[in-house]
Amino acid sequence: MEQTFNPRIIGFLCNWCSYAGADLAGVSRLQMPPSIIPIRVMCSSRVDPLFILTALLRGSDAVLVAGCHPGDCHYQYGNYHTRRRIVLFNKIFETLGLETDRVRLAWVSASEGGRYRDVVTQFTEHIKEKGPNPLKKEIFL
Amino acid sequence: MKALKLSQSPDNAIGSLLKYLFEQNKISAAFVLCKNNSRDYFYGLITDKNLLEKITPTTPIMPSSAGKMLSKLTMLEPLTSPIAVVLRPCEMRAFYELIKLEQARPDNILFISFTCKGVISIKESKDGFEEKIEAYQKNPATELTLPGLRQCCQICENFVPENADIILPLIEKNDLNNTTFLIKTEKAEDFVQGFEAETVEEELNDTEISKIKEKRARKKAEVFANITPDKLGMKGLIDIFGRCLNCHACGRACPICYCNLCYFDSADSEVGPKAYEAETETKGAYRLPANTIFYHIGRMIHISLSCIGCGMCTDVCPVSIPVGTIFTRVAESAQEVFKYIPGRNIEEKIPILTFKINEFEEIGEE
Repeated sequence: MEQTFNPRIIGFLCNWCSYAGADLAGVSRLQMPPSIIPIRVMCSSRVDPLFILTALLRGSDAVLVAGCHPGDCHYQYGNYHTRRRIVLFNKIFETLGLETDRVRLAWVSASEGGRYRDVVTQFTEHIKEKGPNPLKKEIFL
Repeated sequence: MKALKLSQSPDNAIGSLLKYLFEQNKISAAFVLCKNNSRDYFYGLITDKNLLEKITPTTPIMPSSAGKMLSKLTMLEPLTSPIAVVLRPCEMRAFYELIKLEQARPDNILFISFTCKGVISIKESKDGFEEKIEAYQKNPATELTLPGLRQCCQICENFVPENADIILPLIEKNDLNNTTFLIKTEKAEDFVQGFEAETVEEELNDTEISKIKEKRARKKAEVFANITPDKLGMKGLIDIFGRCLNCHACGRACPICYCNLCYFDSADSEVGPKAYEAETETKGAYRLPANTIFYHIGRMIHISLSCIGCGMCTDVCPVSIPVGTIFTRVAESAQEVFKYIPGRNIEEKIPILTFKINEFEEIGEE
């Protein structure tokens, strides 16, 4: 029997916006795929690119980084730094010929439960189409 | 630009200038490449002018990055009295990056540099090294096939020390009997005042420089053609970095990699049962030494914006991985995104330490 592929996506959610947004999606009973493994961080800029790299090399199918919309950061400018880091990370991955669309940055505010559901659903669909992370099978990495 | 002309070899001319600066008490020390025994090259901080005979600043070897060594001297506090520093363009750019990273201070330093033809790999410092140096000095800079020349030097287009106070045009002249000091800044003018030499007006030879740049750019395109994204991928990376010993020598030698407590040396990077069990569960095996690819990509993320392409990493790699070439390639594309050139301007912030409100606005919105 062929098992359906359910992606495991590591989600770094900022404490002030996206985590609350995800919470709202939950209490509003919005339906979405159970693919995200949430990790709460105080700010999206707490996410060191090495966290993302670790997740991908150790076989998570994708990484979602979510934070407050630009201008709404609880710490004023944290998310602008996140944005640059993700750009840099993707550029390096692109230059090395690795897949860049397994990493996604999304702005989700505390009131956007619906947007959180949309982001998760869409991202999960995309990863489902792509298939599992090839590095998961790479034994001698 | 004002210039001073001496009919001496570059090494001797630099020696004479430093001697003069010592005699006039304009500097308290000189930081120069020195030679002790036959092949013992090192960077030395000289305070006794009689030891200036040991200096050999234009010998094409980089035993360690002068930028990093200089940051060791100035990390905790700025220098209290002026010193003269003779270093290569990439080392100077590395020093500027370290200043931006708050690992060094620029106060009280007179920068003397020269247009650089490249250096010979440290690994060549064995029998036959002297002949290689001789061949190097005879050959014009447009010659890229010099034996033992670092690959990173062969593809380097930033061989003009834009920010130095005094520049010696060496690359475009290849004249071992005459030396010219281009006095670029007012600070340098104060220092050299009274120094006995023929005063002339001279500029850097731009046509010759752009010729060399062109040649190196062609070589670079040739080298980079072998490390395009479609040739790399995880498979290509494992091919290249597969023989990595995880010795971290590249990071140690890298002028930009400054952390004393490196994440990759920390307890977080140890691989106990918790770490490997999680992976062996799905994979059935675990590779040791672990985390080699992780280390290299991680280091790219950390330093690529500041990478000045000196090639120290390739030079020290015990298993001859072309670390520097891959890093230069990645660095070039990363720096291109932010239109950033490391070491160009001391006021410019490293892109990852700053941001603009209105940029990359499409990211995160879809």
